[in-house]
Amino acid sequence: MHPIAQKIQEKLPEAFVSANVLLGELTVSVKREKIVEVCRFLHDDPSLDFDLIADLCSNDFPNEEPRFEMVYHFYSIEKNHRIRIKARVPEEDCTIDSIVEIWQGANFLEREVYDMMGIKFNNHPDLRRILMTEDYDEGFPLRKDFPVEGKGWRDTFEFLQQE
Amino acid sequence: MDPLQDKELQLDHYDDEDPDESLLAPVKGKKRVEDMLLNMGPQHPSTHGVLRIVLDLEGETIVKATPHLGYLHRGVEKLAENSTYSQIIPLTDRLDYVCSMTNNFAFVRAVEKLLQITVPERAEFIRTIVAEMQRIAGHLFWLGTQALDIGAMTVFFYTFREREILLDMFELLCGARLTMSYYRVGGVDREMTQEIIDRLYKFLETFSEKVDEYNVLLETNRIWIGRTKGIAVISAKDAVNFGLTGPVLRGSGVNYDIRKAEPYGVYDKVEWEVPLGKNGDTYDRYWIRVEEMRQSAKIIKQCLDRMPKGPIMVDNPQIAYPPRDKVMTDMESLIHHFMIATQGFTVPEGEVYCATEAPKGELGFYILSQGGNKPYRCRIRPPSFIHMGAFDYMARGYMIADIVTIFGTYDIVMGECDR
Repeated sequence: MHPIAQKIQEKLPEAFVSANVLLGELTVSVKREKIVEVCRFLHDDPSLDFDLIADLCSNDFPNEEPRFEMVYHFYSIEKNHRIRIKARVPEEDCTIDSIVEIWQGANFLEREVYDMMGIKFNNHPDLRRILMTEDYDEGFPLRKDFPVEGKGWRDTFEFLQQE
Repeated sequence: MDPLQDKELQLDHYDDEDPDESLLAPVKGKKRVEDMLLNMGPQHPSTHGVLRIVLDLEGETIVKATPHLGYLHRGVEKLAENSTYSQIIPLTDRLDYVCSMTNNFAFVRAVEKLLQITVPERAEFIRTIVAEMQRIAGHLFWLGTQALDIGAMTVFFYTFREREILLDMFELLCGARLTMSYYRVGGVDREMTQEIIDRLYKFLETFSEKVDEYNVLLETNRIWIGRTKGIAVISAKDAVNFGLTGPVLRGSGVNYDIRKAEPYGVYDKVEWEVPLGKNGDTYDRYWIRVEEMRQSAKIIKQCLDRMPKGPIMVDNPQIAYPPRDKVMTDMESLIHHFMIATQGFTVPEGEVYCATEAPKGELGFYILSQGGNKPYRCRIRPPSFIHMGAFDYMARGYMIADIVTIFGTYDIVMGECDR
């Protein structure tokens, strides 16, 4: 097992789910209830020192249970290593804890995930839609069941209904 | 204590006084303070696109700045899920349309990592050269517009003169000046001809003098110094915490450049340095971008000197387009080209996050493939979007006139920010 994954498993055995290395990239899956503990450990531990939040996004697997997946990418400037953390989020309770208090940069990224995928973040300071308008009510565009051509005014075009 | 509440108390004093007298403003010994909301944008020449900012002002000082994004949102990530890999390349052009080559580069690198293919050496050299040309063009664009925003008109004409030379070379290289789509998965679209190489050598001969010329206009300019030194200061710790990358992070003295940390292309085969700032203010970020242009010129020079002969596309008919001259004359090549262009190629299952040093910062592509010719998920990590997250923090306490400087210092392009 990868030494970083080993460390996470030793330190937080109740959070650890699985780990694998694919194309030289380490992925660690954790339980969503423990995401803040895991992130705090990654950020604060001097031997890991993941100080830069590279990315934060989500995936949608409509045929799987739990449906959503949060994907975090962290990078350490000092140690020059990367990690990908994953946590599954079920559709019925579509929430996960926010990590804004650890990385300020997560603020806009979490707002984007909420906007695009509809995952709510507990303890987020300002959870509003960011790319879509604030009164947008046609759902969450990046979900797989959202049509590419959009919902709403385009459906009123007569030539689209022909075929 | 909230400063705004304090002000309300002051306003209440008026009620105690004689109503007629309170209308005679200014009242001697009393200062009337009102907080003001100012809407800036979405149409404003200095926002470099369509961006709206709501400013909470106390006099001319910014108390809070709330960015409202999304005016240029086109759903590139959603479109990418429904396009083949080669169809996504033109989509990436439209992210950061000032530097489309580096976006192409970032995307094809991610796909190549997923496919586990190695690109021929000559193609790697061409890619590095073109990416650095684009970096110079992007920084020239930034320098011109930043100076224009602050009020120095002349620099704009000087930098666009050089940018034009570079764009002409891009036109010669791939036929387009802005949205280039020059990179392909497995190599590059066309050969870099001797004419371009000669022109590039000629450009590099005088480029260093041209950079000095801009510096003469700005470095000793009192207005420029007054409006950039000590503006939008961010400490190294905060900059890292906010996820800032690229020249904005290096302006605070953090040595993080993906070209050095995780070398790609031929950046590890040439000699160059990463310029670092000290104070983390707008002036340092300006200095870094100017210095990066010099370093890019150095990289291009070394690459041109050492560029080997050889193929520019990977020898894998499953992925690579046939040579361009054959497509027009040979029937089999035409069919081959048609198949790859319409149906694309199959990418094995897997996921990859691949970061590239774009002129704006770390441009990352996270691609999740479940097999097939389309990505299941194509996530773009845009540097401009993440920089906007720190906007409120960096703008607080500065004057309203500094807002345009702070936009500019991120080198923000809304096409990339909103995707």
